[in-house]
Amino acid sequence: MSGTAQDSDQNETTETLSGAEILIRALTDQGVDVIFGYPGGAVLPIYDALFAQNNIRHVLVRQEGGAVHAAEGYARSTGKPGVVLVTSGPGATNAVTGLTDAMMDSIPIVCLTGQVASHLIGNDAFQEADTIGITRPCTKHNYLVKDTDEMGRIVHEAFYVATQGRPGPVVIDLPKDICVNQGVYEMPDLDNLQHKTYRPPTTGKESQIAEAVALMAGAKRPIFYTGGGLINSGPEACAKLRELVKLTGYPITSTLMGLGAFPASDDQFVGMLGMHGTYEANNAMHDCDVMICLGARFDDRITGRLDAFSPGSTKIHVDVDPSSINKNISVDLGIVGDVGQVIEQMLAGWNKAGHQPDQAAAKDWWTTIQRWRSRDCLAFEQGKDVIKPQHAIQRLYELTKDRDTYITTEVGQHQMWAAQFYKFEEPNRWMTSGGLGTMGYGLPAAVGVQIAHPESLVVDISGEASFMMNIQEIATAVQYRLPLKVFILNNRWMGMVRQWQELLHGSRYAETYSEALPDFVKLAECFGATGMVMEDPASLDDDIRKMLDIDGLVIADVRVAKEENCFPMVPSGAAHNEMIMAGNKAAESPKVTDDGMALV
Amino acid sequence: MSDETNAGPKHTIAVLVDNEPGVLARVVGLFSGRGYNIDSLTVAEVDARRDRSRINIVTSGNEMIIDQIRAQLERLVPVFNVVDLTEDGPSVERELALIKVVATGENRIEALRVADIFRARAVDSTMGSFVFEVTGDSGKVNAFIDLMEPLGLAEVSRTGVVAIARGADAM
Ligand SMILES: Cc1ncc(C[n+]2csc(CCOP(=O)(O)OP(=O)(O)O)c2C)c(N)n1
Ligand SMILES: [Mg+2]
Repeated sequence: MSGTAQDSDQNETTETLSGAEILIRALTDQGVDVIFGYPGGAVLPIYDALFAQNNIRHVLVRQEGGAVHAAEGYARSTGKPGVVLVTSGPGATNAVTGLTDAMMDSIPIVCLTGQVASHLIGNDAFQEADTIGITRPCTKHNYLVKDTDEMGRIVHEAFYVATQGRPGPVVIDLPKDICVNQGVYEMPDLDNLQHKTYRPPTTGKESQIAEAVALMAGAKRPIFYTGGGLINSGPEACAKLRELVKLTGYPITSTLMGLGAFPASDDQFVGMLGMHGTYEANNAMHDCDVMICLGARFDDRITGRLDAFSPGSTKIHVDVDPSSINKNISVDLGIVGDVGQVIEQMLAGWNKAGHQPDQAAAKDWWTTIQRWRSRDCLAFEQGKDVIKPQHAIQRLYELTKDRDTYITTEVGQHQMWAAQFYKFEEPNRWMTSGGLGTMGYGLPAAVGVQIAHPESLVVDISGEASFMMNIQEIATAVQYRLPLKVFILNNRWMGMVRQWQELLHGSRYAETYSEALPDFVKLAECFGATGMVMEDPASLDDDIRKMLDIDGLVIADVRVAKEENCFPMVPSGAAHNEMIMAGNKAAESPKVTDDGMALV
Repeated sequence: MSDETNAGPKHTIAVLVDNEPGVLARVVGLFSGRGYNIDSLTVAEVDARRDRSRINIVTSGNEMIIDQIRAQLERLVPVFNVVDLTEDGPSVERELALIKVVATGENRIEALRVADIFRARAVDSTMGSFVFEVTGDSGKVNAFIDLMEPLGLAEVSRTGVVAIARGADAM
């Protein structure tokens, strides 16, 4: 990485410090205000350097996996990179799930891992792991620092790589001797950094923009299909998206990762698409004539059966990562660029060409969409006796929507219901493990969100099984007095797996019952938090209000209907227009093929 | 590896990389992790001053897969440039092989005769064996090996393909 002001006085910018001090200095120069970490032998020099300063706050998690998810929550709710510090060996291997999660969801993370002293590497030393080898496939890039003089440059380069282009996790492996030795630190000119090889795309090709805009203008049944790329591109990109969607009047759907980029309450929003997407969104995707994919990647949860995916449409795909284009689905026009900048170009191109949407076609298309909408695919019946999970989320939404709220989730049915029933109006408010589907993500992610937004309301919509996966992080939340609300939709099942067993495996419920659950109220209390049980539909609103009024960590055990299924559902290997709907009789539901059975 | 990946013609891809430790592991890991083929792979530093190495990979796949391979390679942080030599116009490909033939009598004479036709050089010889050095495209090397087979082929060592585009343009 170059960019140090060449003509500046060397003595002003160069300093001799220990490797650990250089690390902390470089992090400070990057504007890092918080690190999520866990100490150990190999990182003691770094903890010593942390101890000696006041710029960076360290948040002590209870397991390194929690540190990475917390950093992800921090990153996703702020748009800034999350920073993690773990020790060598088991510290680093515990971080691997989180790194993979961040890789799949394109979340900028810089993870500092301790390593045994340079001369011991390769000797099976105590707490040695081949961190570089292990994390190579689950990071965007990784570095082993071999020379203390290189520390500063590598740290700044790592932040650049983690945040530019398609974001992702970067590991810096730090042998203990490198942290102890003295070296030189030079503050680079951060505004003018240029990487030796890495060139993240910015704007799209003008000729392609013109082509895209013409296709859009000529569309009779268009749809915007948007994803997490918009959130990563930033709030300005989301603002531009709103402009473009309003300008054209076209319907818009979003992936799980993209929720909040466009306001869910807006009439042009047809809901989430994909496996548990709405009837109207999936049918509109299937029947559209022009698909405008912005910052999404045609993931298998979105497309369903590939050869039946939106068969008649002309597809435009905008992505900052060229390898996402034509990976699963062949598109007609692939535009490489930052989605925010490309949307800006599209707006300019549309206006310059004086395009007008085809009003007559739009009217017909919206009529069709309204017909699909009237099917009311998310309908459910809330009786008097037991709380329906959908109802619980709907009420949570109604009672928190006017607050400054951030939602995280675990993985399972509750996650999909949260996506369906919680309406996000803004980006960066919704943190969920999309690509990897990591149970145990939501609680530590909520810790990271709350650290970044101490005054806001942060709710982890959880499942009783997922909650057990990183339950130790309650202690972190208590230590830092984080007033998180953990809203457990307790159905006593690994509900999503049970649903698949019911639909695909003849209701043979092998090992999916949540046996031996703890008493969540006592559990909360033993950690020094508040526990609540919610089980009466009639008092649910009051219970939720009570939870929100408690100034501290609350664990709410919301007893919900045990065997509710999450619908609509595009079963594995089926097409978008072959959805299983709530209330379908088994015989009316599309059959799952053998090929479909083999899919996850 | 899936059949789908194997289907399709061979492509020779040249990758110019920053010569940092682990860069080869990144490239190889990408191929194994995503189920792409490697028919052959060569790597060596080509520009010491700028610390650059060149990796030549022979792979196969349909158009969509080859495009993916290229895009995935370009995505690696230490990669400068990726060129599909098969796609982007004429190129020259060469391979070098060292081939040990253990033979006496008529077979020994025949081996020498064939070597002569292929312009292979004997770089080692004993009373009962030769080591031939043969250079050419992979087809020529294959043909030479096939001919040596009945004459006492004992061992083969090949470099894999190195390749470069024809014409004045440089990568
Ligand atoms: C770490 C991990 N292990 C296993 C799974 C597979 N899995 C997906 S959903 C699920 C059940 C989740 O149960 P719960 O948290 O109670 O949520 P529910 O579906 O009941 O709402 C399991 C086991 C996973 N996603 N992540
Ligand atoms: Mg459950």
